[in-house]
Amino acid sequence: MVSVKLDKVSKYFGKVKAVDDVTLYIRDGEFVTLLGPSGCGKTTTLLMIAGIYKPTKGRIYFDDIDVTDIPPKDRNVGMVFQSYALYPHMTVYNNIAFPLKLKKLPKNEIDKKVREVAKLLKIDHLLDRKPSQLSGGQQQRVALARALVKEPDVLLLDEPLSNLDALLRVYMRAELKRLQKTLGITAIYVTHDQIEALSMSDRIVVMNNGRIQQIGTPDEIYSKPSNTFVASFIGTPPMNLIPCRVIDGKTLECLGFKYVFKDEIAEKILNEHKEVYFGIRPEDIVITNKDNGDAEATILVVEPIGKDLVITIQLEEEHTIKILAPPSINLKPGDKIYLKFKKEKIHLFDKKTGQRIEYIIKKGEE
Amino acid sequence: MSKKYIDIKKIKKRILLEKIAKALIVLFVAVIPSIPIWLMYLGLIAQAFSSKVTLGIIPNGFTLKNWRFLWSTIQMGLKKYPNIWPITINSLYLALGTALLVTFVAGLAGYALSRMEFRGRTKMMEFILALHAFPSIVLLIALFVLLNKLGLYGRGFITLTGVMITKAALEAPMGAWIMKGFFDNVPWDIEWAALVDGCNRLTAWRKVILPLVLPGFAAVAVFAFLAGWAEFIMAFTFIREDRWWPLSVMIYHVIGEYKFVDWGFLAALSLFYALPTIIFFVFSQKLLLRIYVGGVKG
Repeated sequence: MVSVKLDKVSKYFGKVKAVDDVTLYIRDGEFVTLLGPSGCGKTTTLLMIAGIYKPTKGRIYFDDIDVTDIPPKDRNVGMVFQSYALYPHMTVYNNIAFPLKLKKLPKNEIDKKVREVAKLLKIDHLLDRKPSQLSGGQQQRVALARALVKEPDVLLLDEPLSNLDALLRVYMRAELKRLQKTLGITAIYVTHDQIEALSMSDRIVVMNNGRIQQIGTPDEIYSKPSNTFVASFIGTPPMNLIPCRVIDGKTLECLGFKYVFKDEIAEKILNEHKEVYFGIRPEDIVITNKDNGDAEATILVVEPIGKDLVITIQLEEEHTIKILAPPSINLKPGDKIYLKFKKEKIHLFDKKTGQRIEYIIKKGEE
Repeated sequence: MSKKYIDIKKIKKRILLEKIAKALIVLFVAVIPSIPIWLMYLGLIAQAFSSKVTLGIIPNGFTLKNWRFLWSTIQMGLKKYPNIWPITINSLYLALGTALLVTFVAGLAGYALSRMEFRGRTKMMEFILALHAFPSIVLLIALFVLLNKLGLYGRGFITLTGVMITKAALEAPMGAWIMKGFFDNVPWDIEWAALVDGCNRLTAWRKVILPLVLPGFAAVAVFAFLAGWAEFIMAFTFIREDRWWPLSVMIYHVIGEYKFVDWGFLAALSLFYALPTIIFFVFSQKLLLRIYVGGVKG
């Protein structure tokens, strides 16, 4: 097992900067997820770690060894592709044995290892079949077995669950994580699914437009998004971002309401910004009465999603936000409601740069 | 709900009319034009196995006399024709050689065109298509001059080999184009998986990609073989001695001699000549269709 270091890595395809100046350190045995929308450069980053793409700039290290110029076959990485990329002309057995055969291991050793890993992944009864005779879930396991059989130092997973049905995906999520922890293998996982990222990773790397937006634990990413992109990418429904003007440092004039900070530190920081986004997650907004309310709004749509209601409300003119409410509340479109924002859950972002404005809430100063 | 019911009778009538229209189109486009072709084939077979034929297709009296060229040399008037078997071997040599050369070149070129990034790749592909559009007859005089200058004109076996190479050169572009399509259909993921699993570019090509494009190779080989087998104009122009004729040239000479034609002999010889083509098409029909559908499925 190794640690992986990307040092100022960039990859350009012609004029397109697919990956732009990415620096990243992945600890030995860590499960790190690259998360971002499609085309953000996460798969390109993975392919560079595998050695299939060569970085235009920057170096890649496994432990202290510079592997930038080493071909994929000599890097000892295992990779699972989104399409599984099983060899259609080989049986499951030969698919799994393929990397070992290329290493020219003795036959009995190959046989032993293939059967071991097949048993681990519960596909030992499928060894004589061809990939086309397997279900999606089974193909996925074969791909995983092929990646694991050569005991790689790093396991690379490119959206391995995205072709599975919803139930199997939930099951495989836990299964993959358990496997990774038992084997103690360094794993780099690429996905656009935030639930996968949040539930499986030790740390998440959020990417957009080829650049890293934030690196952090799932909790950090969720509760302290470093910019408006991360804030609006993570969470279902994502964070509400309400444009506001800073009036006198303490007071924000937002669309449809005014918000006053009773906090000196906030004031000091707010004085440095003219226009900000007031960020609040749907679950951090409480419906209250007129006296306690921070803002007034009109209900547009009510969508029940089982354990909660997603309510779309209108603040002023065109601007809508979403809130979560318990299903017991009886509301219908057109109703007027009053909202209270949980003070410690308010995020502020500079409107120009999109960067998070850090401020500290003093306790007991409500 | 006022008048929004579905008129089943009307719909059924429309479907029936559509069916009839489709059948008529098939009849006029595919069935009627192929009747004369089928009649010709019928006539060919009837002619080859009977001593007399009425109306072109009705055989009269079964005989194998027309096939005597298989076991003896044929003489017509003063003209003595060479034995059929060396001629067949010449044709086989020409066709198999063409197939081998084209498959080899097309396999590598197709891979490069499909998978490798290099300067002028698109231009090259356009150029290759343009090459295929060139009829070989246009090159005939230039080739004649070239072969003559090189001293290869009328040099028996060497000239036959020259014809083979020229034919292969003319067929290779299309082969490369077809192979490119097959290589295009192999997903990058599979090649990448092979690279990660421990292959280099060449072993990945040999162990993983090649088995997936075998149908493509087979198709290109069959096409090239048939093109080599059907080659006439270059062989006719460049080969002087009748010992090195391929079958196509021999058939031409059977027609030509003193305006006297032994129709039975000609039909039998033509049928003999058409045999490989027929056999190939029977066995590779599915494969050839796949070229145009263009799918490699494991």
